[in-house]
Amino acid sequence: MSQELGIWARYKLRLRRKRLLWRAFRKRREILAISRKTDAIKPKDVLLFATVRNEMQRLPYFLSHYRRLGVGHFLIVDNASEDGSDAYLADQPDVSVWHTSASYKASRFGMDWLTCLMWRYGPDHWTLTVDADEVLIYPDWERRDLHDLTKALDRAGLSAMGALMLDLYPKGPIEDQSYTPGHDPVETLSWFDAHGYWAQRQPKMSNLWLQGGPRARVFFADDPGRAPTLNKVPLVRWHRSFVYVNSTHNALPARLNRVYDEGGLEKPWGALLHTKFLPDAGARARSEKARGEHFADPTLFENYYDGVAANPDLWCPSSVRFESAAQLEHLGLMHRGNLRFDL
Amino acid sequence: MTVGIVMLVHTALERAEQVARHWDKAGCPVVIHVDKKVPRETYDRFVAALADRPDILFSKRYRCEWGTWGLVAATQSACARILDGFPMVRHVYLTSGACLPLRPVQELQDYLAARPQTDFIESATTADVPWTVGGLDEERFIYRFPFAWRRHRFLFDKYTQLQRFLRLKRNVPANLVPHMGSQWWCLTRRTLTAILQDPARKTHDRYFRRVWIPDESYFQTLARLYSNNIESRSLTLSKFDFQGKPHIFYDDHLQLLHRSDCFVARKIWPRANRLYEKFLTQPAGVSGRQEPNPGKIDRVFAKAVQRRVRGRAGLYMQSRYPRNDSKNRVTAAPYSVFQGFSELFENFEPWLAEATGARVHGHLFAPDRAHFANGQTTINGALSDSAVLRDYNPDAFLTNLIWNTRGERQCFQFGPGDNQAINWRIAKDPNAQISVISGAWAVPLYRCKAEFLDLRQRAARLQKIESEHLSVLRSSEVKARVRIWSMADFVEAPMEPLQAILEDIGSETSRRLSEVPRMVDLSGFGQFLQNLKNEGMHPYLMGDFPVEPEEEPAKQAKSPRPYLVR
Repeated sequence: MSQELGIWARYKLRLRRKRLLWRAFRKRREILAISRKTDAIKPKDVLLFATVRNEMQRLPYFLSHYRRLGVGHFLIVDNASEDGSDAYLADQPDVSVWHTSASYKASRFGMDWLTCLMWRYGPDHWTLTVDADEVLIYPDWERRDLHDLTKALDRAGLSAMGALMLDLYPKGPIEDQSYTPGHDPVETLSWFDAHGYWAQRQPKMSNLWLQGGPRARVFFADDPGRAPTLNKVPLVRWHRSFVYVNSTHNALPARLNRVYDEGGLEKPWGALLHTKFLPDAGARARSEKARGEHFADPTLFENYYDGVAANPDLWCPSSVRFESAAQLEHLGLMHRGNLRFDL
Repeated sequence: MTVGIVMLVHTALERAEQVARHWDKAGCPVVIHVDKKVPRETYDRFVAALADRPDILFSKRYRCEWGTWGLVAATQSACARILDGFPMVRHVYLTSGACLPLRPVQELQDYLAARPQTDFIESATTADVPWTVGGLDEERFIYRFPFAWRRHRFLFDKYTQLQRFLRLKRNVPANLVPHMGSQWWCLTRRTLTAILQDPARKTHDRYFRRVWIPDESYFQTLARLYSNNIESRSLTLSKFDFQGKPHIFYDDHLQLLHRSDCFVARKIWPRANRLYEKFLTQPAGVSGRQEPNPGKIDRVFAKAVQRRVRGRAGLYMQSRYPRNDSKNRVTAAPYSVFQGFSELFENFEPWLAEATGARVHGHLFAPDRAHFANGQTTINGALSDSAVLRDYNPDAFLTNLIWNTRGERQCFQFGPGDNQAINWRIAKDPNAQISVISGAWAVPLYRCKAEFLDLRQRAARLQKIESEHLSVLRSSEVKARVRIWSMADFVEAPMEPLQAILEDIGSETSRRLSEVPRMVDLSGFGQFLQNLKNEGMHPYLMGDFPVEPEEEPAKQAKSPRPYLVR
């Protein structure tokens, strides 16, 4: 546990965790199963949890990528999609779908719903909690699926793996690109920032706060403190007492956030390729600004919405073209730590 | 006379078969123990596969769990089998299924034949070995360990704690002195027979059955009773990582293993095809190499352990973020901070760059932007010169800068006009070398033609900030190398400090300074300070500058003032 926190502080965290679990329990009736295939879950399956809304652009590739990684079952909450996402998901053989039209913000940005589902289905599974615009990769992912990865993590005594949200973007204004659903988004969004990320410790939950990247560079240059948080803990060996606190940026109990090493060799780290800046990003920003369902105080982020809606070009001369996982590892954005896949 | 091989096998049976055949071909009888956990059918298939070799036998199977008695029981029965079955055996070499002979077997046979009475077994008393990882050293011998650590961790821990609490100690059998060491040994028939046929064997076995990790202590302890000639080292090369788990050798260790001249190495990855191919097919002849020489491999692995445990100093990133109070250094490499020099000398920065070859930045923590060398706006690692980003996290700015420019010495200017949030960080960093000319901030004030009242206010503010900074630098927690001169002292004799600074940076130490930076014209500076005093502000950090030595120094100062080489 966090040695630097006193007993009282730790007890408050415990209360907070219990409160979040209770809160999720109270919201259990907000979600309604429209296609439940959870009987098919096998004991060693890796489970994927997500909340989606109007993601038809991204879902086909999303599913195919994670199927390739060996996800056993998808448990997805659909938040009142209007573009047929729900029907599409319900048709898939390995996807269970719940529907809700309750407020995204009031459910802690979907986390209450997912906590319910994870409490019920997650324990003793390795669970992956991602958004539809996040594509998880890790060192050697092309050759080693999630079963290999989680086995190696188990062997290394780790119960969670962190990941850096890596914003991908195209060269040129984002709305001028084209993307066909089902294709690898990297074909459209080929560029990323190789440098310009920074970290600081947040002692309260002992997590690192990562910021930087193109969004900090373009939209938050004058106010880096407000730049988006880029650290996530998407892959956790779940237990009934666990709960995500702020999206999947941090979790409780706090030891889950210790996904970095405090002295020696780097710990294993993956990357979540963030496909936010597909051509529909501008339209989404306009509708999200109107809905006001993101961020605790959306008014503070109006400039950000306006910036994304104004069809910006995020590319700059020092942008780097995305090639492979090995490239990210070489740049130090991902790490294999002391993982040994091959034993 | 020959050497007999005992193999303990629990996995990768096809590799074990390959190695067993290799030993057999060279004339060494082999007895294999297969872990009881291996399913019956697999075992039968394995036995059948080796049925064509009469000198490869199998011993009674025991359940071998790491750290428990099973391993010793298995070794005992296999050794008894090999001693009974092959009277020609003089040495018994204990190996595992993941061991690989690195040199022609003939060389091992010759080596042992030349030392017929020697027992090769690493054996040291618990007090003298640093290699136990995880805390239990002598406690292994004085408590009971009925629970397997792998499967019943909770019970194992609790039962150990309980014994500690109740001070339940066992008696070590009277004639035994506990010794520990690598479980891969090579004993003579004489010693091994004495151990196995000891009239007190029952007592010994009963004691060691409840000792923790008896396979590292049973033979090691008993050999001390019966052997006349112990070489306390293992002929098997095996390395351990920081957690005490064995390192695994892969194909890329081929050259390293080849040059080690060890007879046997473990643990080999079962799928390291190149290793098995190379070492099992080498010509049987004798290469004339003598003693094993694992020095190089030791260094490589010691470095790996070091890297794993200590990591790379000064690296901060998402997957590694050392805490401030850790033993790690704050930054990656030495760097120098200069305060007051660029104020006192007109061309200090180019001069320093010239004299040392280091990268000399201006005021990196200036309020407007980070003044990188040569006016760059970004530097290695896409570090931007934006003051906003820098001040958002000055610690990270500094550590990133030093990390990104590893291999090139960094120097930068600092002063009371800069962001002071970094002061403690630098002061506590053993890599920092801080040189301060206190009070030199007054020189630009004195030279600029501004409203005197305004100057007076600025001087008061700067002096307050600098004196706070100096008290930081003089505190007892400082780990940086700090040098502070008052401006008056420095101006008096600038050569010595400059020389010392260059020596610190460590380039061309032997050469005397051939060129020195040009000091600004200080005539009238004393008067300027006096004026400040007259206005009620008391400038003290710069030391004593006499008010009116007017004539004499003023003239001197006019001749541009490079100090001559003395």
